[in-house]
Amino acid sequence: MLRFIIRRVLGFIPVLLAVIIVTFFLARIIPGGPFDFIGDKSLPPSVVKNLEAKYHLDWPAWKQFISYMVGDEWKIGSFTVFDLDPNAPAHSYGVLRGDLGPSFRYRGQTVNDIIGRTFPLSAQLGVMAIILGLVIGIPAGIISALKQNSWLDYTATFVAVLGVSIPSLVMAPLLIWIFSIELGWFPAATWGAKPPYIQNMFLTPGFDWGNYFIHAAMPVFALGTGLSATFARLMRASLLQVIREDYIRTARAKGLHERVVIYRHALKNGLIPVVTVIGPMFAGLITGTLVIEQIFGLNGMGKHFVQSITNRDYAVVLGTILVYTIILVFSNLLVDLAYGWLDPRIRLDA
Amino acid sequence: MAVAELPAHTQLARKPRSLMSDSINRLRKNKLAVGSIVVLILIMVAAVFAPYITTGDFAKQDLMANNAIPHWMLFLMPKGAENYVRFSDKFIIGADDLGRDLWTRTVYGARISLAVAIVASTVSLLVGTVYGLISGYVGGKVDTIMMRIVDFLYGFPFLIVVILLQTYFKAVARRGVGGGFGQAMVSINESMGGMFFLFIAIGLVNWIGMARIARGQVLSIRRKEFVEAAKAVGAPDIRIIFRHILPNIVGPLIVVETLAIPGYIFLEAFLSFIGLGVDAPTPSWGIMISEAAPGIRTYPNQLLPPALALTITTLAFNFMGDGLRDAFDPRLKE
Repeated sequence: MLRFIIRRVLGFIPVLLAVIIVTFFLARIIPGGPFDFIGDKSLPPSVVKNLEAKYHLDWPAWKQFISYMVGDEWKIGSFTVFDLDPNAPAHSYGVLRGDLGPSFRYRGQTVNDIIGRTFPLSAQLGVMAIILGLVIGIPAGIISALKQNSWLDYTATFVAVLGVSIPSLVMAPLLIWIFSIELGWFPAATWGAKPPYIQNMFLTPGFDWGNYFIHAAMPVFALGTGLSATFARLMRASLLQVIREDYIRTARAKGLHERVVIYRHALKNGLIPVVTVIGPMFAGLITGTLVIEQIFGLNGMGKHFVQSITNRDYAVVLGTILVYTIILVFSNLLVDLAYGWLDPRIRLDA
Repeated sequence: MAVAELPAHTQLARKPRSLMSDSINRLRKNKLAVGSIVVLILIMVAAVFAPYITTGDFAKQDLMANNAIPHWMLFLMPKGAENYVRFSDKFIIGADDLGRDLWTRTVYGARISLAVAIVASTVSLLVGTVYGLISGYVGGKVDTIMMRIVDFLYGFPFLIVVILLQTYFKAVARRGVGGGFGQAMVSINESMGGMFFLFIAIGLVNWIGMARIARGQVLSIRRKEFVEAAKAVGAPDIRIIFRHILPNIVGPLIVVETLAIPGYIFLEAFLSFIGLGVDAPTPSWGIMISEAAPGIRTYPNQLLPPALALTITTLAFNFMGDGLRDAFDPRLKE
């Protein structure tokens, strides 16, 4: 088990490295740079030159890459390994030491600052949406499968197809229109902007839960409905298959209570396809949160990601991509670990 | 000599039916799937004949009629809208904030979504199937290496790759390249309103899942007797792959691909939404939604056409995909 985890984590290194290399060099071969335009005006060439020098963008790409990876001051004792100008104003310690460098467009802010400020909101949005999806989707799928071909099943199946067909791109504005503008039940765009502020992952005492959920409700719902529909479809399909298997007949034959048969024996196996999609779903959530944050005006990481691409803020692009990739690979690992628990026949050392 | 008439009891009670006609019968009984196919055909016809059922110019601005709505749409608007809204019955379903006809833009938007659906699924099907066929049929070291590559790519965050590729293509297109092949690509892209690079970006990354499925299918029938028989009579590998194996695996692959189409349509809408899709003023439902969303408080009517069109199209593809799967590959039935 431990060996499996270690091997997998070691396997992440080439993936992460490839992501960094591809993004880093792709960002630099894209024509145009971060200082082409500030607002609508283009800067005088001399200013651009100075700015580029400040952020080392005048260096050859390989040197920029080394400095991005290991920092621009790199000494062992008093011996300088790389002569990468330690006195430059915008120096970083390099990705390998956990420093994602300064942002090109937000003066005086590092990428670490920006991610630290915006990631908690995105993470809360994503996690709550997945939880909502599971809470609605799994029971709906189970009921559908157990009462196959009843009106309940038909309704649930139809609603689920409807749910997977409405993109969050459509869901979010519709929710705002109905619940915020017409009915006035929920605020449309102030999550994280009005108290209770959510600046980090940890709660302060006396946290205003009611207010928090009122603000979070619509974004989470807009993102979670599609997920719940996906979960419901998968759950129904796999449970229908599982309850026809021999071991379920055996469980019934030895006189187990129906509830035990379903929830202890069938469900565990039936959850495997659901678990399988949760991994890639984290990747899908990235898209989801991008859209949701844009429409609901949330100051999350997705919004910064899109903005940094149009701004050519390479450091922020790379930093956010790195965070996304790390989440993705670790969620895939968790999925693999969950397989082993759900189905003992699946062996992890394979 | 005349052929003797067979005695009655040896004749078939009913006409023999092929597997195909069985499947089509099953599909016909599925009302939702048939309805969806009809809807999709209608959308396709509308997209193809867009110039004849619209004003024909999705970029034409009528600045005296920006945000205009026809009178019949007033019921959709928020309270008090008659005080600020501009009426113009010239437009069937109103105009957007630049005074462009929403009906025209929505119908032309179908062209983008359908084109992405068709091209992305074809590319992914072709590349994925060929890759999976080779990997599964040749086996051994080749298979190991090819699947290692796929596994590695599978762990890659694809959305991000698509976004980066699109950023690159768009920047190159804006700057222009110094002639030759690149310039040819850029001009193709321009003549297609920015669709060409979108196809490449989406197509490049979506064959991987298909390659895995195709390989699995090949492995499951590679050792079957009819393949052995073909080998025994000395058929070349190419012939075995394309004449014996491919026809047997192509059904499930097409079904899986159909079910993936809504994903492509979402992806295009999403990329257009964040400004990395087709180029303005080419209308895409994603762009239209992103343009209408900020004004939803005052002009909710502008959101409805693209939102409805996008939802109906993906819904129809989903129902059709489910129907095809149930009809053509009952083993995959949920």
